[in-house]
Amino acid sequence: MAKILAVDDSASMRQMVAFTLKGAGFDVVEASDGVEALDKAQGNKFDLVISDVNMPNMDGLTLVGELRKLADFKFIPILLLTTESSMEKKKEGKAAGATGWIVKPFNPDQLLKTVNKVLG
Amino acid sequence: MSIDISQFLDTFYEESFEGLDIMESELLNLDVGEADEEVINTIFRAAHSIKGGSGTFGLNAVADYTHVMETLLDEMRAGQREVTQNAVDVLLRSVDVLRSMLLSLKDNEDLDHDTIAKTHRELKVLLSGGNSPTESTATANTATESTAEEKVLGWTITFKPNADMLQTGNDPVRIIRELDSLGDISIEVNTEQLPELELIDPELSYLSWTIKVSGDVAEDDIKECFEWVEDECELSIIADKPEATTPASVPAAQERREGDRRQSDRRTSAKSSSKKPAESSSIRVNIDKVDDLINMVGELVITQSMLSQIGDSEEFDSAALERLNDGLTQLEQHTRELQESVMRIRMMPISFAFQRFPRLVHDLSSQLDKKIELVLTGESTELDKTVMEKIGDPLVHLVRNSLDHGIETPQVRLDNGKSETGTIELNAFHQGGNIVIEIKDDGAGLNHERILAKAIDSGVIKKEDKLTPEQVNDLIFAPGFSTAEVVSDVSGRGVGMDVVRRNIRALGGTVEVQSEAGVGSVFTIRLPLTLAILDGQLVRVGKETYIVPLISIIESLQINPEMINSVTGAADVYKLRDDYIPIVRLYDIFGIEADTTDITDGLLVVVENEGKKIAICVDELLGQQQVVIKSLETNLKQIDGLSGATILGNGTVALILDINGVMHLYQHSRKLSTVTSHQKIIAA
Repeated sequence: MAKILAVDDSASMRQMVAFTLKGAGFDVVEASDGVEALDKAQGNKFDLVISDVNMPNMDGLTLVGELRKLADFKFIPILLLTTESSMEKKKEGKAAGATGWIVKPFNPDQLLKTVNKVLG
Repeated sequence: MSIDISQFLDTFYEESFEGLDIMESELLNLDVGEADEEVINTIFRAAHSIKGGSGTFGLNAVADYTHVMETLLDEMRAGQREVTQNAVDVLLRSVDVLRSMLLSLKDNEDLDHDTIAKTHRELKVLLSGGNSPTESTATANTATESTAEEKVLGWTITFKPNADMLQTGNDPVRIIRELDSLGDISIEVNTEQLPELELIDPELSYLSWTIKVSGDVAEDDIKECFEWVEDECELSIIADKPEATTPASVPAAQERREGDRRQSDRRTSAKSSSKKPAESSSIRVNIDKVDDLINMVGELVITQSMLSQIGDSEEFDSAALERLNDGLTQLEQHTRELQESVMRIRMMPISFAFQRFPRLVHDLSSQLDKKIELVLTGESTELDKTVMEKIGDPLVHLVRNSLDHGIETPQVRLDNGKSETGTIELNAFHQGGNIVIEIKDDGAGLNHERILAKAIDSGVIKKEDKLTPEQVNDLIFAPGFSTAEVVSDVSGRGVGMDVVRRNIRALGGTVEVQSEAGVGSVFTIRLPLTLAILDGQLVRVGKETYIVPLISIIESLQINPEMINSVTGAADVYKLRDDYIPIVRLYDIFGIEADTTDITDGLLVVVENEGKKIAICVDELLGQQQVVIKSLETNLKQIDGLSGATILGNGTVALILDINGVMHLYQHSRKLSTVTSHQKIIAA
């Protein structure tokens, strides 16, 4: 079973993501900001990270950069949840090392489709 | 598969209201002119979360509204827009509008479209007023993206990932698999760049591909497969066209996405309309507190099993008795800890009551043309939720009062050699078993002459009354008292200070004021930590047991007959060091029978309330214990001199003394007895 780290400071979004993914049989670990996510990532393996961009303490872009420094996270897909539809934000995410993005608002079906696409 | 996302709506509302509170307090922190990046960022983040969530949960009106706010904040964040007072005010109003929008949606009520449209317009005017380049370009982008498409036979794609593409977690195989799902594909691999095996760096990508997709596939669908990697590869997508071409309609993918969204909107609204408005009787509890509680219950279970083991044993010898004693001691300790833990669940930081003040002070000071800095300290001090809810209004009143009557106008302050900006401090802290809240201002202070004149005028006191400065200060709490020369709509007509005191007393608390002319005033509120439990001293009078709140007791003593002085009438006073304290006979005021009416046989419990002392005469001092307060009003009726009742360990009911009430009863009975003794003299 694929293991996914879901990071969002908004509890409702995080719950929605976790609920959707758990319902589809994924193993989901939740974190409410970059710091907590990084903490949960240390010494653990994940198949996918889905993270919000704007978060307190450590934002999604910094998180991506930090995760990429960890051996276990060097090549795994990391998706950013973003409402920024502008190219600029997406490029910042890519530059930080993100695999891709899911544009908010999205519904559970779209989320699952993207996750399945990435995890194959 | 479809997932009902409306189940997350409650959480969304809750966090949105929190986000709005944050936006409001941070907006008030924003220094006009020079924007603190971190503050703007925090505001932006809150707006951004609300926008993202509301879009996802189908609350499109909220999403649209927040979008404009977000754009504005984003420009401020990027330094493209100056933070003006006007912008802050419009944003603050928008926070209010958003809050009411979310409340209406939550309770399934109609939105106030007029107000929404009005502030939405204000935001847009603000946005277009300055140099705002972002939005127009963003919309232009999306507009040009959907160009007309032509019917094609297939596509030839050459795809050469950059060497480091793998390091963003993008797998070329995934992309090829995705293309495969669009139509029939044939693939050619180009291995030209692949080095000798021993030179291969597994972290780099060396291959490139030529992929043919056949069938009528939209170019956008193909581009979507490469969307995440378009800057990390060399890519060309060439159409295999037939001779004639026909224009295509709206891109299929986009249409599908729109459809999905509409569907989810319907689902959300259908579900939420069948739901009853949620009551806010819930309480958010820190997980640590719950863990403590679970821990404690675990301990209790262990103690219980230990005790039942003793009960199970055949013989009950002295060793068992010792174990029983140990067990009971443990049980007592755990019960107390459990009780404390449960009480702590109801405790909330006073910041919940404080958080409305920055806005209040901001709005009122601009309304009154005063410059005021608000300082909040001790915000983490915890207070019972019920007490917190009830202290809000009195606090607002006191702060308004300080703002309106306390702090002077900038000109007056400058003339008096003070700084232009006045300060109001709200401070909360624990002291003994009480929580103390201070409202301190560096304003003009109370004007004793005006208070006295007004009090004499309105008949509160007589002209010949001699009052100490404290008593003069206290006059402002008298009913119907107001000294404001001009009645303002800020603190009203002086209905209030007496109500403030009454409300605080109803919570078992006190309020007093200290003031110095020209320096400022301090209002001090003392409140019990909780309304449900009381530390009490059990006392016996005849057959009755009463509970004296421990917090009121100064000392208990055996009577030295030499210290008793009888004054005119039936009153006795006890000389305690330099004080003469009236002796109150409980049996007298409650009309019960005591062991003895000779007070020299009894004991005195000296209690204090609002600076006044009395000595209550009782037959015996029993133990001290925490008692759970049961209301007399709900079970019987309100009785003067009693604040409630409790059930003791042996099942009997004990009444809890209301010291303030006892003092009133005593004064009342003394007046009566002086009247009767006068009548006796006249009759004689």
